[in-house]
Amino acid sequence: MKPINKFTMTMDSRSANEGFARLVASGFAAQLDPTVEELCDIKTAVSEAVTNCIVHAYPDGVGNVYIFAAIYDGGLFRIRIRDRGCGIEDIRKAMEPLYSSLGGERAGLGFAVMESFCDKVSVRSTLGKGTSVTLDKRIKGKPLAD
Amino acid sequence: MELITSGKCMTVFLSGEIDHHTAADIRKVIDEETDKLLPQVLVLDFSAVTFMDSSGVGLVMGRYRNVSAHGGRLEAVNLPPWCYRIMKLSGLEKIAKIQMSGGRR
Repeated sequence: MKPINKFTMTMDSRSANEGFARLVASGFAAQLDPTVEELCDIKTAVSEAVTNCIVHAYPDGVGNVYIFAAIYDGGLFRIRIRDRGCGIEDIRKAMEPLYSSLGGERAGLGFAVMESFCDKVSVRSTLGKGTSVTLDKRIKGKPLAD
Repeated sequence: MELITSGKCMTVFLSGEIDHHTAADIRKVIDEETDKLLPQVLVLDFSAVTFMDSSGVGLVMGRYRNVSAHGGRLEAVNLPPWCYRIMKLSGLEKIAKIQMSGGRR
């Protein structure tokens, strides 16, 4: 599947970049003419995925967060958020609502929010190598005009 | 963010974006005041919140634990619909008052 438009970006896994990442993602998705609600869904899901990289992937320092986003025919917005961090031991458990390996101030709802706000969430992870989360969101607004 | 205390009731007017980054500062301010005042009711007002992810839920859960520890209760009020949607995923409304903007429960 060939994208109509795409971008890639690498940023530090610093919490100050959470707001930056969701602004970039929603700014890029804006060309699909989404509704305010669809944009809010994208911002929220991206915020969750990026926060996971910052909180879980590199717990003891700062690493790279790699973002690739593209839009496709039919109003599909896809964004992949990848890290080279510690990886997830048990993906199914990590995706369980209210489960957090950190407890305390983390609600354990990151993946639940992504699943609730996107059409499809795929997670690939290798221990010690990193994690890749791909979010698909079908934008029902009008398709990109050329 | 603004804090207003009246008797044993403390109301926190949250504003702007709540994510993992901003939640750390918000938490610090609320907890310092809560530890001093030990309020019977802690009200978190979400009417001026422009963005929230699950860190907002974590913020409410953590504050719920703090006030419950000394016998107080927590209310989250005036949640914009999209905030309410995230909050609902947590099941928090079973243990605390969670109210959407417009007074709907």
